Amino acid sequence: MSDLPAGDRPHATEPSVKISCKHVWKVFGTDVASLIATDGSVDEAAFDDGGYIGAVRDASFDVFEGETFVIMGLSGSGKSTLLRCMTRLIEPSTGEIYFESEDLMKVGEAELIDMRRHKMGMVFQHFALLPNRTVLGNVALPLEVQGMARVEREQRALEIVKLVGLEGREQYYPRELSGGQQQRVGIARSLAAEPDIWFLDEPFSALDPLIRREMQDEFMRLQNVLHKTIVFITHDFDEAIRLADRIAIMKDGAIIQIGTPEQLVLNPATDYVEEFTRGIPRAKVLSAGAIMRDVDGDSFAGTVLANVSIETQLDAILNADRGAVFAVHDDAGNTVGALPRDAVVELLSSPPQKE
Amino acid sequence: MSHASIQVAPPASLTLNRWVVFWGLMIGVTILLMLSKESLPWAFKYPRAWQIPLAGWITGFMKWLINSFDLGLFTFKEFTRWIALLVEQPYTLVKSLLSTGFLSGVGSDAVQVFPRISWVALVAGVMLFGHYVRDWKLALLVGGCFGYLVVFGQWDSAMVTLSSIIIAVPVGVVGGVLLGIFGHRSHRFRMVLVPILDLMQTVPVFAYLVPVLLLFGFSPVSAMIATIIYAMPPMVRVTLLALEHITTEIVEAGSMAGCSKRQLLWKVLLPSAKHSLMVGVNQVVMLSLNMVIIASMIGAGGLGYDVLTALRRLRIGEGVEAGVAITLLAIALDRLSQAYANRPPPMHSRMQRSLWQRHPHAILFVIVVSVTWLLGIYLPALSTYPESWQITTGSFWGDLVRYINVNYFDALESFKNFLLLNIMVPFKRFLLSLPWIAVVAMVGLGGWQLGGWRLGLLTASMTTFIAVVGLWAKAMVTLYLCGLSVIIACLIGIPIGILAARNERVHRLVSVIIDTLQTLPSFVYLMPVVMLFRVGDFAAMLAVVAYAITPIIRYTDHGIRNIAGDLIEAARQVGMTRGQLLRKVQIPMALPHIMLGVNQTIMMALSMLVITALVGTRELGQEVYIALTKADTGRGIIAGVCVAFIAIMSDRMINAWASRRKREYGLE
Repeated sequence: MSDLPAGDRPHATEPSVKISCKHVWKVFGTDVASLIATDGSVDEAAFDDGGYIGAVRDASFDVFEGETFVIMGLSGSGKSTLLRCMTRLIEPSTGEIYFESEDLMKVGEAELIDMRRHKMGMVFQHFALLPNRTVLGNVALPLEVQGMARVEREQRALEIVKLVGLEGREQYYPRELSGGQQQRVGIARSLAAEPDIWFLDEPFSALDPLIRREMQDEFMRLQNVLHKTIVFITHDFDEAIRLADRIAIMKDGAIIQIGTPEQLVLNPATDYVEEFTRGIPRAKVLSAGAIMRDVDGDSFAGTVLANVSIETQLDAILNADRGAVFAVHDDAGNTVGALPRDAVVELLSSPPQKE
Repeated sequence: MSHASIQVAPPASLTLNRWVVFWGLMIGVTILLMLSKESLPWAFKYPRAWQIPLAGWITGFMKWLINSFDLGLFTFKEFTRWIALLVEQPYTLVKSLLSTGFLSGVGSDAVQVFPRISWVALVAGVMLFGHYVRDWKLALLVGGCFGYLVVFGQWDSAMVTLSSIIIAVPVGVVGGVLLGIFGHRSHRFRMVLVPILDLMQTVPVFAYLVPVLLLFGFSPVSAMIATIIYAMPPMVRVTLLALEHITTEIVEAGSMAGCSKRQLLWKVLLPSAKHSLMVGVNQVVMLSLNMVIIASMIGAGGLGYDVLTALRRLRIGEGVEAGVAITLLAIALDRLSQAYANRPPPMHSRMQRSLWQRHPHAILFVIVVSVTWLLGIYLPALSTYPESWQITTGSFWGDLVRYINVNYFDALESFKNFLLLNIMVPFKRFLLSLPWIAVVAMVGLGGWQLGGWRLGLLTASMTTFIAVVGLWAKAMVTLYLCGLSVIIACLIGIPIGILAARNERVHRLVSVIIDTLQTLPSFVYLMPVVMLFRVGDFAAMLAVVAYAITPIIRYTDHGIRNIAGDLIEAARQVGMTRGQLLRKVQIPMALPHIMLGVNQTIMMALSMLVITALVGTRELGQEVYIALTKADTGRGIIAGVCVAFIAIMSDRMINAWASRRKREYGLE
C-alpha cells in the first residue's frame, strides 16, 4: 500500500479516461425491449411495475488510465453482470460503453474478438483453466488464438509464468496445482496478450484467507510493475480498501456511491455504505490530511505527509512525546495543517464509527 | 411465513378433493359403460369404419419414393444405393482385415491374396490396449474374453460382428457430436432435434429395420446403417448435455482470450467436454453391439445370426455358445471403452522421452501384428485357429436342458400355469374388456393431474392415436405384459436395491452383476427362457423382467445412498431404529429417484417386449415383426410409433410427478 497513495491519484495527474459507462442497464424479464425508449433511456415507472429484474440499473462511471477501480457489492448486487457488460460477455439491455472513446456497443463480432485478443484480459473467480492443457498451454492460449507461432508464444508464455512466480511448473496440469497457484496461472493467462485493461472478477474469493492475503500482495507487486488499468470485482470490503484507488459500491444493481476509500469512510452516502465502513480501522484508510487541524503555533515534533495514510506513518507519530504536534506537508512540501499526536491516539482507541 | 402457509393451505386441500371427485366420476362412468356394453358397442371396440389407414399411406409413400421419386439427376433409389456403396467400402476393408482376408475373385472361386490379421495378434492387441487404458487385470479379462471366441470356434462370426461395430461406432460418434454441436449453437435446431431424439430412443429397434430394409436391401450394409441410426441419438444427447454443462467461466475465459466461434469450439468446448463425450462413446459402442445383433434379421450376419438360427431351430447348445460369445464380446468392449473414458488425466513429465517410452503399447502392437501376419502366410494356424483345437460345449448345454426338462418339467410347468391362469390371463382379459374411450379419458385425466392440462391433452391424444390406427387390442396386450413385467421387476428389484444401499458387500456384488447384465444385448436374454419355458407370454415376461430389472435396482440403491448425511444423522439422533429410518426417512426421500428408476425400467421393458415377438407374444412388437417379414413399412412404423407413444406417455407422467415431488422437497 505504501507505494500506492490511496485517494485522489486520478486528479493529481489528469489521466485520460480508459473506460466510460453511461446509463448501462441489464434487465431480465419478458419483453424487455418495450421498456427501452428509442433514445436508449429506460422507462423507470414501467420498470418498477412490470416485475422486471434489474441486474444492472443505470450504471454510469469512468475508469481512468492506470487506476485500480474496484466494484464492491454483496452477492446478487449485479457487480459481475456489470463487469460482463463491460466486456460484452453479457449484452447490456441499453446504455453506452466507451472503450478509449470507441463505442463498444457498436463494434461488430470480428472487431470485438480483436479487442479481446489485444486489449482486454480477464481473471475468473474459479480460475477457469482448461484441465487438458498444461500451465504453459493455458497461458499460451490467448496467443495461440491470435495465430502466434508456437515457438514464439511458448517463449512469451514462459516469461509470464516466470513473472507470476510459477517457474519450473510450466509442464504441470492445473489439477496438480494448489488453488493459489491455479489463480496465478489464471493471472498469467490474462496478462499473456499484454492487455490495456485488466478485468478481475473476484479473483481471490475462492482462496483461503491466508492465501488470499498473499495473492493480494502479489497482485499489488504486479501492478507496481505493470501499471494496468484495472477493474476489480470483490464482495470483500477489506480487500477493496486494500487494493482500490477508487471504489464503486453496488446494491440491487445500482451503484450507490463511488469514491476513494477515504471518501467512503469519511462520507458514506447511505446507511448501507456506512455499514460496510464500520468495521474498518480508520488509521488504515484515513490520510493525515483528512484529520489534520488548522495550524496553531509553530513548534512541531516532526512532519507527516498529507496524502499518505496514518497507518504507514504511525511509528513516527506514536514514538513522539504526549502532546506533540506534527506539521502536515503536502506533496510540494508546504505546511497545510497540524496533526496533534493525541488526535491520532484518539482515532486509534475510539471504536470505528461515523465521524 | 405463517401468513403464507395459511393462505396456501385451503386451495391445496381443495385440489385434492377435486381430483378425488374426478376420479370417482371417471370410475363410476366406466362401470356404467361396462354394464351397458350391449347398447354402446363402439365404446368398446373401436369401429373399423373410423380407422384412419395411416399405415397404408406410409407404405404407399415409401413405394413411390423408391420406385418413382426422381431427384432430377438421379432417382431416389440410386441415391440410397450410393450411400450403401459409400458405407460398404470401409466395411469391406475392415472385414477383409479381420475376417475374410483379402480375396481376389468372387464367391467360391475367390482366392486369398493376403491373409487376415492373425487371431494371435488381435488377442494380443486387445490385451495391450487393456493394459494401456487400465492395468494387467483388465488385460487378462479382455484377453480371456477374446480367447473364448478363439477356442470355442466363434472367431469368424465375432469378427464379422466386430467389423460392423468398428465402422458403425466412429460414424455414429462423429455424426452424433456434429448434430450435438449444431443443436448447441442453434436454439431453433435444438427445438426440432430433441423431440426427434425422444421419439428415436423410444421407438422399438425393430421399427428401424423396416424402412432401412426397404431402402437399402437385405445386406450387412443396411444392417450397419440401421445400427448407426440407432446408436447415434444418445451421442447427440450426451454432446448437448456435455456442452451445456461446461461451466460458464470456462466459456467466458475462452471468449476473453479472444477465441473466434470455431476456436472456442475446438480449443475450449470440446476438450473440456471430453470426458463426458467419452462416456457417450461407451454408450454408442454398447448400443451398436445390441443393434448389430438384432440387425442380423436384415442380413448383418455374425454372432447375432448364429443366435437367431439357433433360436429358430431350437438348437440350444449352439445358441448358448453364440450367446456367451456375444456376452463376452459385450463385456470386453464395455470394459475397454469405459476404462478408456475414465483413464486418469495426464500428469506432467519432467523430461523429453524417447518414442518407445512414450508409446510402448502401440509399438508392441505393430510388431506383433506384422510378425504374425507375415508368419501367417506360411503357418495357417496363426491365421485360422485349427478346428481340431476347438472345444465345444454345445452337447453339454443340450444335455443340461434335457435333464432339467426330464426331471423338473412338471414343477416348472405347474409354476408357469399357475401364474398364467391366476394372474396373467385375468389381467389381460380385464384390460381388453375396458372401453377404449374410458381408457383415453383416464390417461388424459392422469396426465392432467400429474403435469397440468398440456400433459393431459398430450396423453389423451396419444392414446386416441393408438385407437384410431386400429392397434387398440395389441396395445392393451403390450400394456398387460409390460405392466406385469414392471411390477414383478419392482417387487424383486426394490428390495434388492434397498439391501444393496444398506450393506456394502451386497452393494459390491449387486453392482458387478447388474453392470454385466446391462451390457448384454437384449437378444441374449431370450435363450435361457426359451430353453426352460418354451415360447409364449410367460417366457417373454421372464425375459423382460430379467432385462428390465437393472435400472430399478440401481436407482433404488443410488437414491437411498444419496440422501444427505446430516438428515440420516438427525434421524439417528432422534432415536430411530433401522426399520424406522428406512420407512420414515430413506424411502420417502428416495422415492422421486426410485420412480425415475421405475421409469427407466418401463422404457427397457418396452424395448425388450418388442423383441420377445420372436418367442411368440401377440403385442405391438409382433406387429412390427410381421411388418419386417412382409417388408410393409407403414405397418411397422405405425406399430413402432404406438410403442413409442406408450413409452413417452409413461415417461412424461412419471417425470412430472418426480420433479414436482423433488421441488416440494427442495431437492432441485
